[in-house]
Amino acid sequence: MHRGHPKPGRILPAPEGFLTDRQGNAAERGRRGFLKRALAAAGGVVASGAAPGQGTPRGESAILELPEHTKGLGQPVAARVYGVPSKYEQGLQRRESPGLTRVSAASVSFAPLQGMFGIITPNGLHFERHHQGWWDIDPSQHRLMVMGLVKAPKVYTMDDLMRLPAVSRMHFIECGANTGMEWGNVAVPTVQYSHGMLSCCEYTGVRLATLLDDCGFDRKNGKFVLAEGADGSSMTRTISMDRALDDVMVAYAMNGEMLRPENGYPLRLVAPGIQGVSWVKYLRRIEVGDQVWGAKDETMHYIDLMPDGRHRQYSSIQECKSVITSPSGGQTLLDKGFYNVTGLAWSGRGRIRRVDVSFDGGRNWRTARLEGPVLSKCLTRFNIDWVWDGGPAILQSRAIDDTGYVQPKINQLRAVRGTRSIYHNNAIQSWRVAETGEVSNVQVF
Amino acid sequence: MSRSSRAIGVLLLALALPAAAQQKYAGIGRPATPDEIAAWDIDVRPDFKGLPRGSGGVAKGEQVWEAKCTSCHGTFGESNEVFAPLVGGATKADIATGRVTSLVTGDQARTTLMKVSTVSTLWDFINRAMPWNAPKSLTVEEVYAVVAYLLNLGEIVPGDFVLSDRNIAEVQQRLPNRNGMTRDHGLWDVKGKPDVRNVACMRDCPVDAKVASALPDHARGSHGNLREQYRPIGPARAVDTSDGGPAAAAAPAASPLAELAKAKGCMACHAVDKKLVGPGYQEVAAKYKGDGTAVAKLAAKVREGGSGAWGPVPMPPHPALAEADAKGLVQWILEGAK
Repeated sequence: MHRGHPKPGRILPAPEGFLTDRQGNAAERGRRGFLKRALAAAGGVVASGAAPGQGTPRGESAILELPEHTKGLGQPVAARVYGVPSKYEQGLQRRESPGLTRVSAASVSFAPLQGMFGIITPNGLHFERHHQGWWDIDPSQHRLMVMGLVKAPKVYTMDDLMRLPAVSRMHFIECGANTGMEWGNVAVPTVQYSHGMLSCCEYTGVRLATLLDDCGFDRKNGKFVLAEGADGSSMTRTISMDRALDDVMVAYAMNGEMLRPENGYPLRLVAPGIQGVSWVKYLRRIEVGDQVWGAKDETMHYIDLMPDGRHRQYSSIQECKSVITSPSGGQTLLDKGFYNVTGLAWSGRGRIRRVDVSFDGGRNWRTARLEGPVLSKCLTRFNIDWVWDGGPAILQSRAIDDTGYVQPKINQLRAVRGTRSIYHNNAIQSWRVAETGEVSNVQVF
Repeated sequence: MSRSSRAIGVLLLALALPAAAQQKYAGIGRPATPDEIAAWDIDVRPDFKGLPRGSGGVAKGEQVWEAKCTSCHGTFGESNEVFAPLVGGATKADIATGRVTSLVTGDQARTTLMKVSTVSTLWDFINRAMPWNAPKSLTVEEVYAVVAYLLNLGEIVPGDFVLSDRNIAEVQQRLPNRNGMTRDHGLWDVKGKPDVRNVACMRDCPVDAKVASALPDHARGSHGNLREQYRPIGPARAVDTSDGGPAAAAAPAASPLAELAKAKGCMACHAVDKKLVGPGYQEVAAKYKGDGTAVAKLAAKVREGGSGAWGPVPMPPHPALAEADAKGLVQWILEGAK
């Protein structure tokens, strides 16, 4: 930045970058007069020849006055035996959506996608969905049983499972109800609540195929697999045998450490590309069978109500989807000028091939840069350059997976599935940028 | 095949296991015993494989319902307070056709009996996961009875009906939505056909000029103060919505007893300021204000269970809770649960 030439249109003082509440409220209410005052103030600084945002001609106090951390002794090692984020990052938490559920042991907490980077979800920010609360189960007492249409029904301890050939794979997990509140109309303010039932980890465990082989499963009649949890809800879901033998895992670790209790410690199913409810936590039993099981969460919940009144049961695959995470709803841009627009893309059918971004509500599109690695059934980070001219804009992202499927608009989905659906909304998300810089959730066809 | 003969078959298979099947991962795992399999193999399929022999009638079901189910689901299964309603919206005509008409018209909020297409699903779920705070505590007879009572509330079976493993297949043929489902769609198979084919137009694409839907003003602050849900650096700041709507989603620091109440599962059924499944803690405090015996009395109730003081909904026993913890929690509640 040229000294003495602060940027025009700056909404916030730099570099500390905090709006006072009064300033923030003014900007958010869209008072153009506030912008003019800010400009006038900036002009005043130019006139006096000072560095931007500061009153002294010598420069910024953040540089000129050495802070305590530059002049003192810092904290010792292991002051925190299990590290935690900076106190300045406390805003980034998983949070419930008020009013969505009545009891918090049968509820959801959403991951703060607006503040996350890359593709890996930190374990403490992984979204949660519990039907009957979570447990911290003694791993030495946990058992996995594999039975049904197998030659030898077997019991495995965690010791056994951790001796078997291990694989580590990066995959996304998305609840089938993610973005479900937006089927009919815009309902929630930020990407945390619109898309935050989404996380991505490197899982370590044993391929389910390894266990099925070890028990000698019936290759002729074994068409389906049932997974069942050890907790009170004893969640069950039917998985097709072709999925089970392909990339399904019995995982004990996420992101380099054991699973977190909220995510199924000590053992969970990882069913890549399939909605999160099938990733049974506290996994205690695998049964091989010749028919589907008709479990509650595949025939009565997580089903799609079609306009003809029929329910699509056993819906599983999370189709190709993307969302811009920054900037996103509930934020105010700092200023006109350059931005790295960034977001996430994923597909339950394979790899992301391409992501396009529009800044004019879908009229014109540019192709974004995909950040590696680009993996099958895994989040893919995309980035694209943008210069905001201070005018109104509508930002959208549109992902294409390696089957050639193009992420749809919400009205295209509604044309087939109607408006009374809850699950499997993979529509293009639109964020409107107002002249004030405030970004808000809208739907544009 | 009966459970016992199946179990024997399994055992014989285990003994006759070909050596090759176990050699690859030598020393890993062990055979499951028939009793172990029986203890965990609780699933009941739509073809009734896995359904234990037994029976239970509507009258017995009503007793179990009033003791263990009304608190969440209401006396008639109609409650929308804690979970979605179970009963309502299906008609006699639907029972005849097996398709629920109100699912087509959309003029009725969906209930369990409107949705359920296999009666095995009700039996299996109630047996494995209900009551919500004490799953797997019902006997086989109680599960049959509760299913019968639920079906009676939906006018699918008469008031003197006794549901059993012998007549459940006939009941299946009376489920109002038994024909209202399909697995023939693109979201089951990974290679399934998607519903829509969007095209990746790049320039001058056709769009609707209007914004079809925007965040309503009242929803801007509906999720607490967004300012507190982001960070103080970066390309944008979260907007301040502190003047719009309910309290911020992040709770203020709670007392150790509030944490204990959470950890011990109290907050699954109780809230501080309102009735949930059980009474609100402020109501409890008001009721026992000035009662010197309240701590000892209520601490015993917490550990041993009880009912009557707040209607018929019972407080389940919590024997694993230490007496000191129970007394501490009661003291905290009586002081306003702050």
